Amino acid sequence: MTGSPWDAEPGGDAPGAAHSGRPRRRRGRGERAMVPDARFSSYYGRPILKPPTWRPLDIAGYLYLGGLAGASSLLAAGGHATGRPALARSAKLGAAGAISLSLAALVHDLGRPTRFLNMLRVVKPTSPMSMGSWLLVGYAPLTLAAAASDVVGRYRLVGSAATGAAGVLGPAVATYTAVLISDTAVPSWHEGHRELPFVFAGSAATAAAGLALVAAPVAQTGPARRMAVLGAALELGAFRSMKRRMGLVAEPFEEGRPHTLLRAAEVLTAGGAALAGCAGQRRHGRRLAAVAGAALLTGSAALRFGVFLAGVASAGDPKYTVVPQRERLRDREG
Amino acid sequence: MTHGNQLYGPQPDVAGAAGYADAPPRMGFFTDTSVCIGCKACEVACKEWNAVPEDGLELTGMSYDNTQGLGADTWRHVAFIEQRTTVGEDVDVFDAARRLDTAPPAAAAGQISPVQPEGRTELRWLMSSDVCKHCTHAACLDVCPTGSLFRTEFGTVVVQEDICNGCGYCVPACPYGVIDQRRDDGRAWKCTLCYDRLGAGMEPACAKACPTDSIQFGPLEELRDRAADRVSRLQAAGVTDARLYGASPDDGVGGDGAFFLLLDEPEVYGLPPDPVVTTRDLPDMWRHAAMAAVSLGALAVASFLKRPR
Ligand code: SF4
Ligand code: SF4
Repeated sequence: MTGSPWDAEPGGDAPGAAHSGRPRRRRGRGERAMVPDARFSSYYGRPILKPPTWRPLDIAGYLYLGGLAGASSLLAAGGHATGRPALARSAKLGAAGAISLSLAALVHDLGRPTRFLNMLRVVKPTSPMSMGSWLLVGYAPLTLAAAASDVVGRYRLVGSAATGAAGVLGPAVATYTAVLISDTAVPSWHEGHRELPFVFAGSAATAAAGLALVAAPVAQTGPARRMAVLGAALELGAFRSMKRRMGLVAEPFEEGRPHTLLRAAEVLTAGGAALAGCAGQRRHGRRLAAVAGAALLTGSAALRFGVFLAGVASAGDPKYTVVPQRERLRDREG
Repeated sequence: MTHGNQLYGPQPDVAGAAGYADAPPRMGFFTDTSVCIGCKACEVACKEWNAVPEDGLELTGMSYDNTQGLGADTWRHVAFIEQRTTVGEDVDVFDAARRLDTAPPAAAAGQISPVQPEGRTELRWLMSSDVCKHCTHAACLDVCPTGSLFRTEFGTVVVQEDICNGCGYCVPACPYGVIDQRRDDGRAWKCTLCYDRLGAGMEPACAKACPTDSIQFGPLEELRDRAADRVSRLQAAGVTDARLYGASPDDGVGGDGAFFLLLDEPEVYGLPPDPVVTTRDLPDMWRHAAMAAVSLGALAVASFLKRPR
């Protein structure tokens, strides 16, 4: 019979018959082939899934800013508690600004922005977007209160409490966005659901550290520098193990624009962290810190956009839907 | 860990699990593609009844399919697949059909004259009317943050257009690529299984319009029995390709409320071969996110522990 994906003739391109996946273009140097080329059937090569309708700037931006804000709240709380007022202030302002922007991006992306408040109609644990909305409803005002109290220098008790509470919620804000995109049928997002929160946690740490390095005096950025190094290690390590475990659906990370972005993210994050490590010791610490910070901020953004676009690409090619599911069926039957 | 049958696995009482105390039986579609003639009456009837806007006319070159796929403005989609096959050599489909006793009374089975030349490969035409599957575990419904998508008393899955805020989360969540956002209007749209007609005791417009009863509407239990019977008779008649898709409550979405009899692999029709509701893994996702959050907190604490140089 025709249509069986495993015995289709090569080049069988008749409508409805087997389409082979696009020839794979490997762009990275010395990357190992993770899976052999697969043959599979599809309906005129059309995608099975509907790719996300989310605008990249809005939603990848949302992922990025959420991470920046969440980890900044940690630096803010730490700076506040350990007597590093300049570090604390820049982190508080960063958290408040980033979370406000991210909320604006989220609302802007809605098909019906005026109905944003419908997000708060229900509390729904099965919907990461519902949980995230409630989390932000709690978190955003805390960051604003923390920043406002710091700037005007009044209501210090309220400010301290808000800073501490934002620091507690911050890590959740930074990592829930991984669940947000993993809880979809998008192959390259869903299959990474175990490691992606760690990737995002690391990326959030490097972004927040980057902002602190740019904005705070070198003398107070010791923790930010260490956070940059630890965050970079977490991000890069988790991403590698994620790709290794994902098999075929890791391919979109290695091709086209996502690949370029993720390569850039890797270089900027690793380089930025290395520079940050040195920034405390050299005479040109201020300038080094600024360069390191800018690299870390850009690297984290590139990572979010790369992950976002790779997911969209994986939804747009039926190969990533059909082949893993066929394998799963064969394993179950065999 | 999965939460019993709330997120994954067989769920015999979907309406009950959604909180309806005295729900009518679960209703659904059985689409028997072996008798589909590709007339697209279902597509037209659906658009008419539901006032679904026109979404462009485009000649695709995909056989007779210029509709292309399900979407915000297409709630029934007839797929056309042309295949060269040697089906004529082993099975006389007309003979098989005669023995099946399925021809409508108007065209007495014996009067159909086979036109296929001996021993030649034949062009086989597969036609199938696709629709929202009204999953037992519907990812679209699970992830909808506004509660716009809801489970009806008939066990179907429906969008409430006055609540949807167009967040778009349901779109990539659906493992079948069914629901989509209408660009100019911003909200998400899909088949409602004619919720308005069901409420009035009528069958959905597509099933009503289908001239060959390829689309059958009824209580899901009944449809499943009928489909099992149909597929075994087709198999016995030598149509070994016949298979049910989405009929089993043990599949990755707990079974479809709208399921199919297909004559080839699902992916040939543009259907995923083994769909799984994404929320099956949600508890695992939250657990990993929690661990990652704790790691991030620990990482921050570690960053502050060391005295500054
Ligand atoms: S097929 Fe897709 S849109 Fe239809 S109920 Fe299932 S998940 Fe929802
Ligand atoms: S787009 Fe509408 S129906 Fe879909 S998840 Fe968002 S609110 Fe729910």
